[in-house]
Amino acid sequence: MLRRYSVHLILALSGGLIIYMADQEYLSLYVMSVLMFMGVNVILSTSLNLVNGYMGEFSCGHAGFMCVGAYVSSLLGVWLFAKDKVFGAAVLNPEYALYAFPFIILAGGVAAALAGVLVAVPSYKTRGDYLAIITIAANFIIISAIENIGPIGGSRGFMGMKRLVNSMEDIIELPWMPIWVFVFTVFSIWVIRRYVSSTFGKGVSAISQDEVAAEIMSVNTNKIKTITFMLSSGLAGIAGGLFAYILGYVNPGSFNIMKSTEVLVMVYLGGMGSLSGSVLSAILFTLMLESFRFIIPVINDLAHQIHIISPDYDISQVWRWVLIPLLLIILMQFRPEGIMGNRELGDVFPWLKKFYRFK
Amino acid sequence: MQTQPKTENAPVMEIRGLTQNFGGLKAVSDFNVKLKKNELSGLIGPNGAGKTTIFNLVSGFYQPSEGEILIGGVPTAGQKPHKVTSLGVGRTFQNIRLWNDMTVLDNIRVAQHSQLNYGFFHSAIRSKRYLQREKEITEEATELLNVFDLMKYADDFPKNLPYGTQRKLEIARALSSHPKLLLLDEPAAGLNSADAKDLIRLIRWIHETFDVTIWMIEHHMDVMMELCTQIKVIDFGETIAEGSAEHVRNHPAVMTAYLGDDNI
Repeated sequence: MLRRYSVHLILALSGGLIIYMADQEYLSLYVMSVLMFMGVNVILSTSLNLVNGYMGEFSCGHAGFMCVGAYVSSLLGVWLFAKDKVFGAAVLNPEYALYAFPFIILAGGVAAALAGVLVAVPSYKTRGDYLAIITIAANFIIISAIENIGPIGGSRGFMGMKRLVNSMEDIIELPWMPIWVFVFTVFSIWVIRRYVSSTFGKGVSAISQDEVAAEIMSVNTNKIKTITFMLSSGLAGIAGGLFAYILGYVNPGSFNIMKSTEVLVMVYLGGMGSLSGSVLSAILFTLMLESFRFIIPVINDLAHQIHIISPDYDISQVWRWVLIPLLLIILMQFRPEGIMGNRELGDVFPWLKKFYRFK
Repeated sequence: MQTQPKTENAPVMEIRGLTQNFGGLKAVSDFNVKLKKNELSGLIGPNGAGKTTIFNLVSGFYQPSEGEILIGGVPTAGQKPHKVTSLGVGRTFQNIRLWNDMTVLDNIRVAQHSQLNYGFFHSAIRSKRYLQREKEITEEATELLNVFDLMKYADDFPKNLPYGTQRKLEIARALSSHPKLLLLDEPAAGLNSADAKDLIRLIRWIHETFDVTIWMIEHHMDVMMELCTQIKVIDFGETIAEGSAEHVRNHPAVMTAYLGDDNI
């Protein structure tokens, strides 16, 4: 009995602990925001793994769908519950913001899922490299479209979401953003795991391994592809919505191909078709990205001390975008299967299987 | 889904005037066949004669240029392959096409996709219907593997199985959707003569046990002679002979097609 519910228990305890610490302000705002981005990254990498890992397609426009989710939930939330120069006064009483918030985030997810059709329909006939190009195109279409809609800020971006977060905290004083990030992260992993472990969802792996055989063995490949692409982009939209509310500000530039690449790195770091790998790698990647904040100044000082660079030049944070792609090259060269390969945690540590069925 | 009622005495499969053009090439021309219930018949011909093209047309992988295909009286024109399969057609492939990174049990389970009767939503909330169907599917798959004596491999990956076992598994997978018509595309390809003997026994046993009509392509004449009551011979897409195995074997047109004209 205890074993059966051990995962639920661990989740509840760890979630409770994080929220308690946030509430008591044991954790600094900086640590909290790193933890929240970790959650967002977990959603992004697991959802992209659904397409790139389980279905064996190559999507490199994941940030585009994240952008749709971010904008839709931001605009909806601000329009309904905050005073703003684009929409004017709040439509509804900000007291309801707390209860409406999960639906606002889900609405962003639904909009992103619909945008996913942009990739799902071409995928009926196209695959591999050609589909990869279509996903890049989709990313550009979404970014450029939003950049050109003047009233919502265009390329300058859109803000006002902090007011919504504040009014949630006015209603019940709890750190609401960490709570919602936690809830939606768990929700995403939960949905993906249930989908890919059902016989219905195993059609996804069948398509990846032999699409012709899948279709002839009665798998409705077009339907499965549509569902998979929509689920993947929908969850990216949810991640986007959370991202927007954590920052309190969105602009199209933060969802460009660079962001998509970041998610790709996480998926390949974790291992294709491994859900636990994606979770681990998202956590690891977030930590690594943040650690550059401290490592790069140290390298800079060191380089100045031993006089290998000119005293007028400083190694800036931009250099992490040299180091991260380099990491991808090293990864592909020495461990192309990523941390976990296509195994789950239960295959690596068999004793864990006593507590949880991974597949 | 089916607009017209299925007539009980309709042939399991009927092909009328089937023609397939690939650009300027006539891969199949005016092909006709009628398969009665529980028939076991064969289709032979030299390489490139259009045999596999006919199978691909029947399973809905290509749309015919002309002519029609009826499965149990229902025309398949415009149907996607997965729909044709759910009309009751199972098939195997010339080069084995199992899902190699899925367990043997999952290979059998996924092939029952047309009978799942639940969708994404049910799988996400793990509804009663989902749990019920998953249980039934697993039971059915287990039973099928037991019958085929493959249960010991249930958790293995097909790529790690011996070649003959893979062939057997592919046939089992084709049967898991309860087809009325089973298409076997060169089941004996790559088997040695001892394995081929086992295969003959297997096919005969399937034919008796599963109450299924079998139509097979094969190059091994001895396999065909042993099994098939009716054989059709095609060459360059045209039917050149048909009848009993004995009749076909001694037919002059067949000799010419296989061995060439002796007037060269």
